[in-house]
Order: sequence, then structure tokens, then C-alpha cells
Amino acid sequence: MSLLALSLAEARAGLAAKDFSARELAEAYVAAMAEARPLNAFITETPERALAMADESDARRARGEARPLDGIPVAVKDLYCTRGVLTTAASHILDGFVPPYESTVTENLWRAGAVMLGKTNLDEFAMGSSNTTSYYGPVENPWRRDGDNRPLVPGGSSGGSAAAVAAHAALAATGTDTGGSIRQPASFCGIVGLKPTYGRCSRWGVVAFASSLDHPGPMTRTVRDAAIMLGAMAGHDPRDSTSAPLPVPDYEAALTGGIAGLRIGIPKEYRADGMPAEIEALWRQGAAWLKERGAVIVDDVSLPHTRYALPAYYIIAPAEASSNLARYDGVRFGLRVPGESLEDLYEQTRAAGFGAEVRRRVLIGTYVLSAGYYDAYYLKAQRVRALIARDFTEAFARVDCLLAPTTPSAAFAIGEKSDDPIAMYLNDLFTVPADLAGLPAVSVPAGLSADGLPLGLQVIGRAFDEATVLRAAAALEAAAGFTHRPSFRAGDR
Amino acid sequence: MALDKATVARIATLARIRLSPAELEPLAGELSHILDWVEQLNEVATDGVAPLASVADIALPMRDDAVTDGNCRDAVLGNAPAAAKGFYTVPKVVE
Amino acid sequence: MLQGRTGEWEVVIGLEVHAQIVAAAKLFSGAATAFGGEPNTQVSTVDAAFPGMLPVLNRRCVEQAVRTGLGLDAEINLRSVFARKNYFYPDLPAGYQISQYEEPLVSRGRVVLDLPDGSTRTVGITRLHLEQDAGKSLHDQHPRDTYVDLNRAGIGLMEIVSEPDLRSAEEAGLYLRKLRSILRYLGTCDGNMEEGSLRCDCNVSVRRPGAPFGTRCEIKNLNSVRFAMQAIDYEARRQIELIEGGGTVAQETRLFDTARGVTRPMRSKENDYDYRYFPDPDLLPLVLDPQWVAQLRAELPELPDAKRARFVAEYGLSPQDAAVLAAERATAEYFEAVAAGRDAKTAANWVMGDLFGMLNKAGLGIEDSPIAADRLGALIDLISDGTISGRIAKDVFAEMAATGADPGAIVAAKGLRQVTDTAAIEAAVDAALAAHPAQVAQYAGNPKVLGFFVGQVMKATQGKANPALVNELLRKKLAG
Repeated sequence: MSLLALSLAEARAGLAAKDFSARELAEAYVAAMAEARPLNAFITETPERALAMADESDARRARGEARPLDGIPVAVKDLYCTRGVLTTAASHILDGFVPPYESTVTENLWRAGAVMLGKTNLDEFAMGSSNTTSYYGPVENPWRRDGDNRPLVPGGSSGGSAAAVAAHAALAATGTDTGGSIRQPASFCGIVGLKPTYGRCSRWGVVAFASSLDHPGPMTRTVRDAAIMLGAMAGHDPRDSTSAPLPVPDYEAALTGGIAGLRIGIPKEYRADGMPAEIEALWRQGAAWLKERGAVIVDDVSLPHTRYALPAYYIIAPAEASSNLARYDGVRFGLRVPGESLEDLYEQTRAAGFGAEVRRRVLIGTYVLSAGYYDAYYLKAQRVRALIARDFTEAFARVDCLLAPTTPSAAFAIGEKSDDPIAMYLNDLFTVPADLAGLPAVSVPAGLSADGLPLGLQVIGRAFDEATVLRAAAALEAAAGFTHRPSFRAGDR
Repeated sequence: MALDKATVARIATLARIRLSPAELEPLAGELSHILDWVEQLNEVATDGVAPLASVADIALPMRDDAVTDGNCRDAVLGNAPAAAKGFYTVPKVVE
Repeated sequence: MLQGRTGEWEVVIGLEVHAQIVAAAKLFSGAATAFGGEPNTQVSTVDAAFPGMLPVLNRRCVEQAVRTGLGLDAEINLRSVFARKNYFYPDLPAGYQISQYEEPLVSRGRVVLDLPDGSTRTVGITRLHLEQDAGKSLHDQHPRDTYVDLNRAGIGLMEIVSEPDLRSAEEAGLYLRKLRSILRYLGTCDGNMEEGSLRCDCNVSVRRPGAPFGTRCEIKNLNSVRFAMQAIDYEARRQIELIEGGGTVAQETRLFDTARGVTRPMRSKENDYDYRYFPDPDLLPLVLDPQWVAQLRAELPELPDAKRARFVAEYGLSPQDAAVLAAERATAEYFEAVAAGRDAKTAANWVMGDLFGMLNKAGLGIEDSPIAADRLGALIDLISDGTISGRIAKDVFAEMAATGADPGAIVAAKGLRQVTDTAAIEAAVDAALAAHPAQVAQYAGNPKVLGFFVGQVMKATQGKANPALVNELLRKKLAG
């Protein structure tokens, strides 16, 4: 169906030109969502709501009151609380949880006129890089390796959102990025994933994983689409004390202007040991593309503490998570496993309700905060975090943004890397530093691996300089000209 | 850092997650493996470096003292697995 | 010092007081703080720790805590940090309490105790910090279940920790009362222990004089000064007997059984709990503007000690009377309104005697007094200008308490003006003497018979005769 092939910007134009109605667009996506079911990208589909919202959109447009995202069908990562709609965080422990409130970010989207298709699948409580830890089963990447039928992971934790967008089962989606959970799946699925600056998008109503690291952000087909989505999602929220009290610039307008003279750093520590040659080659190609378009490539930028970002993250994130997840106790919402005593109720509910990865991280987090270990682990990790942030600050005195690979590999098969948690953690090698420093970063599909899978490059920028990051990303996107299609895409014959 | 079964059991109690005795050994192994891996942070010199608890570089915002919320018992009890007479209920705790 | 079997023991006490902050809304949410609401009607999804909920700090609570710190003569830390205290309990929905740990809002203050013998003793305040109150667990509503009400969950508390400077249950009682008085003066806590807006945990240990501190036990959640003192007494005795019997005191948390008057260990695993404190990542450090603090300091009301000293100096009251009248800010203000332009001692006597007596009997606080301060003042004026006698004034006072009417109006309506007409009184005296010749004869040997005649004359004049004149005339006539 040709409607599905339109980007968000194109669909917006088509709706404005009355080439089609919001209803027609929503119907196309509802059908696409159904067609894409084998991917298991959605936990909850909300077709009736989508159509009702589409009708309201058409009515507004008819009155001349069209809003910025009016009629745009969007999928929501099932980590965002949506009023009246089951919200699970892909966990058994939130069985049956229907929030009586709407997250700020999704409220912003609906206020901008967007239409809700459904809640996408994710790694349980956003903990994972493969979307294989979900209580609702793994998500399949719509991409397959050339000549290989094994289902692949879409990446995680926002695997469902990434797969849905890549498979044209949603026009755009929301995700969250704590260690790389927007960018890494975007890279694996050949789409654009934007992690804004910490505090740019409100966390109110988003199920908390690691409070100082959670970043809500958009996942889209194009950089322009990401700019449009961010413009609607972002903004100060007085209900979130870490929300940035800054006005939202016109990110779409900031895409124009080109990158002549933009200083782009190549951080040498992102050249990891054993990194596949094709990724390094793509990275160099990316730098060349940007240079062709007038950027100044600065080759010797150093972020000396890069390799310590992952271990620091795997202390800080589990520590905060262990505390954030204490509220899942069977008392006020979600699963309750009846117990003889209160302790019984707590222990059995949480044992039954949490999957293995969540349990692992809660236990690690509990340990690193416990008496005698707080200084050695948690404080130590926060000091290393300060050094990582300082590395970036010093780098940004010399350059305007950084170019790096998004992931150390392309998507792998479901079931691979599942023996060793650390092998899974290493997926986030290149994404984690920007989370620790809270800096904006976007992944753009740049090329294919030898076996035909998407590889992404990421641009990292200064705090609240999403405009520059997006402009550089747009240049990369234009140069890469990535038009490859996944094996499965809704509407493709 | 090698964790023994007793430590894992103690942490699990603190975290209120029931573990069967059979699970203690493998979990101890997994957690020790991860903790060994994060120990590499000890390679980093951090004397004199203040811990960075938040990248949000703003003052803590404060709100006015006004009643703007609450009075929504249905919302607050609506998802409760067990409730009675306006209360949440849990198995009795003996003080 | 307490006497044990084997010698003297010193009791060492430190108190941790949790004071609910007077504010309309909670510390980190917009739900109401009023007492006594229907269960779970003053609970927001933030208080109930629903997924995705976040805290936002209430400025008024910070203000109240700073004012309290200033009232305790303490250091205000311009930078402080909120930390999570992690533990599981049904009335703690998030599984953690937002509190302050390593960097509290207030450090190093003091409270001056007024000892019964007139001397003073200074008790140190270690710190004051902000934290959330927990909800309420009711264990007596159902045979198998505990009922949980989160109305109280998230209300702002000031935790005020004293140095272990107290040495007796009496001192602990004085400290609590003084602290309560200061909080009520400031209006930062209503100090109502029955409703739970002021709660006390007592840390008690014993030692031989001069020895290092002994192991302490914490007695939790005492909700009256009397119970706190009883619990301390019992616990000190318990520890002394234990040690003298060859045992050692285990560091533990205990509860006071008010019915049996004993402390016993808490059943839960509270005793060796690891709270895993860490700075709350949903909040940033609290940084105060020194000018804001200075402004709060400038606007503090006169506090109890200063008021007492001023009452002695300005009104010439005895220290004891000044202490009574300055104990509560409302009382002090009432007294000063009555004393303005009048004899202070007279005003003090009426307030401490008749007024307090009436209020106690009616179970009212001075804020709800049916007799306003200006009306009591007017009554005193009627005595000093001779319109009524002191005796009649008591009757008028009772009428004022019952009806709230103006004293002048009551005197006029009931015709209670004092009879000072010497001729009229003389007539009544003559009549009384004439009617009781036997008593007249007794007077020579028994001067107390005068009282009988005073009574007769008063009866005859409906109590309105000026007593001084009655006495004077009777003496003259009986003598002569």
C-alpha cells in the first residue's frame, strides 16, 4: 500500500493537501500492524482508539484547526503509561495494569494530533539489548541475513518500536534510551533513533528504569521525521524535577543550512578491539561523506575513559533500578501471588513477576548499594561517570559533534549471546557513554553489513544542541542514501 | 568479587525476591562474573573527582504549597489486587 | 543517677522527634495533609508510587524546616541532598522513603531546658532533616489482613535528632515539651501527639558514671510525653537489671507496650536492616539562597525563651508565672492583650486562675476561649474602678463564659453594681447585728465570728456590698 511508504513528513504533507484522510492513513496502519503480527512488535494493538483519534483529526482539519502532527499514526513503547490502555513494561509483574494517567510525552503527542496505534514490545523494564527478555515473547527483526532464515533480534530495549517502524507497521514510534535502547535497535533495524539531551523530554509517566539515565525519544524512518517528532515530544514538565526548563526550538527548521565548517570529531577510543572491519570502514566512509559536504574532520579526539562507560553503567543503572523497582510488590497494582505472610507475598510476587535479567540487575543493584560496598561500587562509578562527562566537555571545546559507529555488530540471531550477560551488555559499548553524560545522540542507517543487515552511525553533540546533531545526521542520511528494504515490510508485495 | 551463596541469599532477602536453594549457586556465579567485570573501574584514578549524580545542570525546582492532587480514590485503588472499604489489604503484619 | 543493686548508674538518652510539617500539601506531591480524611482520599498517584511517578519539592515545607532550624539556633546548610532510604513495608508504597542522610538541611542547634529549680540546661540538636511520612497500617480491622491507608504517606516531616545529652526521663519530658512549644510558636508543627503530628523515638542506654556510653536501644513511636517518660524509666531499669544480672544489652529496636508499661523487641527484621541510602536521582541537590534564609530569620516570631525573659522584665512577673504564660504563643498573646494598660499581676492571676480553670473544665484551648482577651480586660477594669467587687466579678466571669457577653452588659442587666453607699451598708450591718445577738456576744472570744456577719450582710445585699466597707463597719460596731 503506497500510504505506508510515505515518511512522516510526506504523510503530513499528504494530509494537509487532502490527498487522503487521517482515517485512511490510520486504516492502512491498523492493517499493517495486523500484517506484521509475526514480528510480535506489539503487546497491545489499539485499532479502535486509532480510528477514533483519526476521525477526530479529520474533523479538526475540516474546521481548519489542524495541529502539527495531526493524523500521524504513532506506536508507543509499552514503557509509557497510557490512560485506559494496558501498560506492562513487558513484565508479568504489571499484569492487568491500566494507568489512570497519561505520560507527559504521549500527552504531548496526542495534543499535537497524533494517533495511537498501540503499545510496542520491549525488553522487560527496558533492561536488554535484544528484546528477548520480554514476558510477551521476543520481537523479530524484519531484516534477515542474506540467504539465512533465522529470525534475528531487533535490538533492545525498544525492539518493538524499532521493528514496527522498520516494518512499516507504524509511521513513527516512541522509545527510551538508558544505555542505548533507542539507538542500538534503530541501528539493527535500519531506522533513525534519537536520544535527546537528558531532561529534554519529560520522564513523568514513563516507567522508571534508571532515573538519571532514562531518556525518552523518537524512532522514525528519517532524520526529518525525528526532528518533527522531537518537536512535539519535548518540553519542560513541572512534574519532572529533572526536566529542562528550556524552550523547544524548531528542530525541523534547524535541519537546513548544511554542515559547512562544522567540526566533527572522530573519537579514537571508539575503535574497539576486535571491531569488525566493515564497521570501521563504514565509519571512515561516514567521515568522508561529511567532509565532502564541508565538515572539518578532527581525527585525534580522545575520550580516554570510554571503555569504562559500560562497567560504570552496569553499576549505576542496576543500583537505581533496584530502588525504582521496589514498588512492584503486589500490593497496589499488577501481579499478586498470594502469600501466607506479607514477606511471602512480596518475595513470591517478585520472584514470579520479574524475569531473569531484571532479577539479575535488581540483585546487582541491591548489592552495590549495600553497606560496605556503596563507596567501592556506586560512588566509584559516579566518579568515573564524572570523568566520562568531562571527556566530552573537553572534546566539545575542539569539535561541534562526534561521529562514531552505533553498534559493534549488526543484528544477531535470537538466542545468540544469551549465555553470557556480559556479551549482551557489550552491544551498548558505543551508546552508553552518551547516556552517562546525558548528551544528545542520533543513529542513522548508513550501510549494510556483508550479510545484508543494516549498520548505523551515530552523531553525538553538546547538551541541548539537538539542532546541530540532527543537521549533521541529515547530511549523513543524504550521503548514505540508505534505501535498502528489510525482508519483511507491511504492504510490500 | 566472588559472591557466596549466603551473600546472594541475603541480597535476595533485602530485595524481597524469593530464590530457591537450587538457584543460589548459579546466581552467585552469574553475579560474581558481572561484579568481576565491573571491577575494572578500579583502574581509573578518581581521587578528588566528585561523584556525578545527575547530568541535569539545574537548580532543584520547588512547587507552591497548594492542594492540586489526591481525592482520587478510585484511581488510586482501581488497580489494586486486593482492597476493602477504601483500604489496600495485605496479609496481616504482626508488630 | 539511678540506684542499681551494685551501685549507681547514669542514664543516657537521645531523642529523635518526627514533627509533621504544617503545610497544606505534602512534601513531594499536591495531595492534602489534613488529618482524619476518609482512607486513601488524600493520596495522589505520586504518593501511591505508581509507575512513572516523580517527586516535586514543596517550597513551604523547606521554609518551615528552615524556620525551625533558625528557632533551634541551628546552622542552616545552604546545600543539602535528598536520599532514598530503601526498605519494604506496606505503608511505604515506593519501597523507599525520600529522606536526607549525609547532607541534611540543618545541623548543630540547641534547646534550653528550664529545670524545676529555676536553673537551665542546654541540650544539643545534632541535626534536622526533611523526610516523607509513611502511610498507616491498621492491623485490627480484619482477622487475617492488614488494611493500608496512604493518606499520611508523603506528608512532610522534620526529623529532629538530639545529642545524647539527656540524663533522666524528667529531662526528656522537659525537652519534648520545650521542643513542642518552640514548634508551635513557629507554627511549623502543631505538636499534637495524640493525632500523631509529633512522635518520638527514644534512644536509651545506661553506664557507670564516667564510663563510655553503653549499648543503646531505640524505643519507637511514643505518642505522648507521659509514655515517653514511662518507657525511658522502664528501659533504663531493664538494662540495669540485665547488666547487673550478668547479661549484656543487645542493640535493638523496641516498642513500648502502653497497657503493660514495658518495652519489648520489635518482631521485624528492622534490627539489622541495610537501608542502602543513595542520593535520590529524581531530585537534585537543594541549594538555598542565603538572602531567603536571612529574610526568614528576620521574620521569626519572638520565641518562648525570649518571651519569658521579657515577661519577667517588662511585666515584673515571677519566672514561674512567666513560664506558664509563655508556654504557648496563643496564651502569651492572650495574656499581653489582657495586661495591656492594666496591672500585670492581676491580669496574670485571672488568666492562670479563672480562665485556665474554666478552659480546662470545658476541655477548650485558649484559641477557642468563649471569653475574648479584651472582654476579660474589661472585667478587670470594672473591678479596679470599683463598679463591682472581686466576688461579684467571679459571677460575672462565669456568665461571660456561658454566654460570651460583654461584662458591662451583664453587670447592667443583672444590677450587680457594687453597693458602696455607706449608709445603706450600715443599715444592713445594724440589721444583721440586731438579728443575731448570740453571735455578737461570741465575737469577743472568737473574732472569726466576723465572717458569719460578713456572710449575713452579703446575703442581705445580694452580694453587692463592698466587702472592704462591710468588714470595716462590722469591726467598728462589734468592737464598740
